[in-house]
Amino acid sequence: MDERIETTIALTVNGTGVTRRIEPRMHLIDFLREELGLTGSHVACEHGVCGACTVRVDGEIRRGCLTLAVQADGKTVDTVEGLSDSGELAVLQQAFHERNALQCGYCTPGMLLTAQALIRERPDATRDEIREYLSGNLCRCTGYQAIIDAIETVLRTPRTEGVR
Amino acid sequence: MNDRIDPRISTGLAPQAAEVEAPPRPKTTEPAKIAKSTRTQVGYVGQSVPRANARRLLQGRGTYADDLKFPRLAQVVFFRSPHAHARIRRLDLSQAARQPGVIAAFDGRAIAEYCTPWVGVLAHLKGIKSPPQHAVAIERACWQGEAVAAIVAETRAQAEDALGHVVAEWEELPVVTDMEDALANRVVIHPELGDNICFARSFETEGFDAAMKKADVVVEETYGFGRHTGVTLEGRAILADYNAAEHSLTVVHATQAPHMMQDIFSRHLNIPEANVRVICKDVGGSFGIKVHVYPDEMATAAISIMLRRPVKFIADRLESFLTDIHAREHKATVRLACMNDGRIVGFDLDDLTAIGPYSVYPRTSGIEGNQVVNLVGGPYAHKAYRAKMNVVFTNKNVTCQYRAVGHPIAVALTEGIVDLAAQKLGMDPAEFRRKNLIADDAYPYSFPSGLKFEKLSHHQCLDKLLALMDYKGLRAEQAALRKKGIHRGIGLAAMIEVTNPSPAFYGVGGARISAQDGATVRLEPTGMVTCLVSVTEQGQGTEGVFAQVCADAVGVTIDKVRVITGDTGVTPYGGGTWASRGAGIGGEAVLQAGKALRANIVELAAAVLQVDRATLEVRGNAVVERASGAEQLPLAEVGRIGYFRPDTLPMTFQAELTVTRHYTPREYGFTFTNGIQASYVEVDTDTGFVRLLRHWCVEDCGTVINPMLVDEQIRGGIVQGIGAAMLEECLYSAEGQLLNGSLADYLVPMTGDTPDIEIAHVSTPTRQSELGAKGVGEAGTAGAPGAVMNAINDALAPLNARVSVQPFTPERILKALGKI
Repeated sequence: MDERIETTIALTVNGTGVTRRIEPRMHLIDFLREELGLTGSHVACEHGVCGACTVRVDGEIRRGCLTLAVQADGKTVDTVEGLSDSGELAVLQQAFHERNALQCGYCTPGMLLTAQALIRERPDATRDEIREYLSGNLCRCTGYQAIIDAIETVLRTPRTEGVR
Repeated sequence: MNDRIDPRISTGLAPQAAEVEAPPRPKTTEPAKIAKSTRTQVGYVGQSVPRANARRLLQGRGTYADDLKFPRLAQVVFFRSPHAHARIRRLDLSQAARQPGVIAAFDGRAIAEYCTPWVGVLAHLKGIKSPPQHAVAIERACWQGEAVAAIVAETRAQAEDALGHVVAEWEELPVVTDMEDALANRVVIHPELGDNICFARSFETEGFDAAMKKADVVVEETYGFGRHTGVTLEGRAILADYNAAEHSLTVVHATQAPHMMQDIFSRHLNIPEANVRVICKDVGGSFGIKVHVYPDEMATAAISIMLRRPVKFIADRLESFLTDIHAREHKATVRLACMNDGRIVGFDLDDLTAIGPYSVYPRTSGIEGNQVVNLVGGPYAHKAYRAKMNVVFTNKNVTCQYRAVGHPIAVALTEGIVDLAAQKLGMDPAEFRRKNLIADDAYPYSFPSGLKFEKLSHHQCLDKLLALMDYKGLRAEQAALRKKGIHRGIGLAAMIEVTNPSPAFYGVGGARISAQDGATVRLEPTGMVTCLVSVTEQGQGTEGVFAQVCADAVGVTIDKVRVITGDTGVTPYGGGTWASRGAGIGGEAVLQAGKALRANIVELAAAVLQVDRATLEVRGNAVVERASGAEQLPLAEVGRIGYFRPDTLPMTFQAELTVTRHYTPREYGFTFTNGIQASYVEVDTDTGFVRLLRHWCVEDCGTVINPMLVDEQIRGGIVQGIGAAMLEECLYSAEGQLLNGSLADYLVPMTGDTPDIEIAHVSTPTRQSELGAKGVGEAGTAGAPGAVMNAINDALAPLNARVSVQPFTPERILKALGKI
């Protein structure tokens, strides 16, 4: 017989309230992907090294693979899908596109969320500081230079609509 | 008849969606705003056009295999051998099968009833041998991580929970982990094969000994290369969906070669090939990892047939380290003989490489070593060459072709020993290379190992590199800093690279791996162009460059082109993505198909307009008068007439607005490219840490279709090569246990480990194709380790220290310095 323990969580994901019964062991990234079908955030290293699962919880970036879904109970979670629809990432996305700062795209949602946090926290970051800030996000395709270039372009461009 | 004259006649129909500017969603990235260069009317080839398919990836709206869910989808996980070599005494799956959510549990025998074993050999690698390999091991496991049972459940968590209830009793067998032990054959892993040698090759040019004896100077060094792996960010992924009513199998697969996999699923699962469809959607990195047949993936497909429902397998990170192909475990001694004036007489190679317990199917694990033999000494004009190479079995994970197959080994061996010779002669390494690189006017050229080069540009590339990096200035800076106790080094690495392979690579050996590719180009009724290509997209931008080539070939703006790849049910037949072949081979097929469509469009327009077809041309989405450029018929009108009003055309005329063309390179075995890299490093002689300051690459890949995409391929490749040189190694204990199976323990380059990389090009288009494009995806990886090694050794030279075993960890550098 199934002896799984379940618990109910209620949270806001990309602006919409959701309530689910889940196992307490479920990670936030699996909750988003498997329960809600938000597959934009990815699973890669599964223990907090690579940053592919980066999402935002109450405004702060978090590793979805190191956060339990129950820890997000009552909180606000934003993923790349929601931040694309709201337009918050539009300028970064455009800069990434024009500079080809992505190849396979698997690390990209995590890169964008991390880069957006950098833009908000340290708008005057130097190139070395950009590298440092992104040092927890693994990209196996690009060699990083294009990513750094794209973020630097956004930082050096006068604020426009889309960057908040 | 007026019907065909004015395309703007109001028909009362709603406007075509394609003509609506953008989805009515504010603030999102609007396609029309993104790419400035999409406004250009002609001449996309050669421009840095951003690739359209990046948009969905940027919004997290791609479709990787693990993103898909089918009705009744089951998840499979594998119980894997904890031992490197052991007999399965007893395997009891009954408890596991009773766990919550578990649908079935299978051992190797059960799977084997549905999936036949395979043997990874090819006829043109003479003498290569390997035992039959099953999808799930029967009786014996030969490496730690080999699958020995499959558990299928409704969710992955349930399947993983049930793994703990598998009962296995093992009889441990003697383990062979060291290459030289394997070669000594004291323990033979597969007794039925007689010895541990999978493949051996030796080669010697005529008069080799006599030539070498005449040399003034001979230098010799032994080099080691750490076994490493591709670390695709997305793990291997497969979703197999068997339809019992049709006896058909649809596989959504993270793969580089859908048609190859279609053939293999068909033959090993006993389903007619026409009933197998392989679909490759977005893939999270491949690098050669996803072009091989993996036992657990074959088992997943077999289980879908057994259970008559869709089944998904996604490798987790530990499984990736244990079972994704490894590569490049080599130990090689190389000798270089030269004259006192610096002229190289010859190279002598003795290479040993270990591949795990099986040669991987269907490409074999003999190719990497074979490439090393083919390529050592490649850029230079010597005549004498001898090579000996042994490929041996060991009880570690299997190895096979990973990005730049054999090249990083061959380049490091060649360039390492070339630098050592220059040092011995007291010559500048750049001058030593200039003296020996094959002259730019010497082509076509036959290399001592038998390879033929169509046209290379070593000297142009060397000159360009030295200017790009300000070689003289750097040397002066290096000398000045040495006086202050700062140890910087400059390393060069010239290279040749196999691209656009002909059927000589696999087809002649009996592998059903296509060297040709095809493109279908179709004018849609709206004037849009759909382009279906057999080459796949793994993120390198193939779909983007095909759109560029197609737009130019047909005569439309690039926003009118839609490219579709990665579906055996839809695209022409072809080889896919490997060996730096996608743009060069697939691109030529697209060019020829696009030109044929353009001719057919002109023919239809000539019939409509009743003018000589020679007076017409397709330009800017319309048929125009060739001489004046005046618009005659928009393509939307050509499409409308061709598809909906052919009754208005002459009785003898049939519109053909879909055409298919194929291309195979055949004149040369490979379309070789060349290039040269340089690395500038600083070694901290107290800690052994190396800081990579800068890196340069000058590459000749012929026609550059998209400079930005090409440069990013090179940069990404260089950083993978830097990983091999500085960080990456799959470490095994003497018992064959992998010691670093996570990304916390197996290090790959992160932002802080990588320098900015400057790239320049020399362009020598291949004359084998009209497009003239050679491959470029592996060049960076091929040359970077050799350049970095030479830079470190250049920094260490005044301290009389050298390193020759990759990766160059701080420990190895401190040992070389005699500090530990």
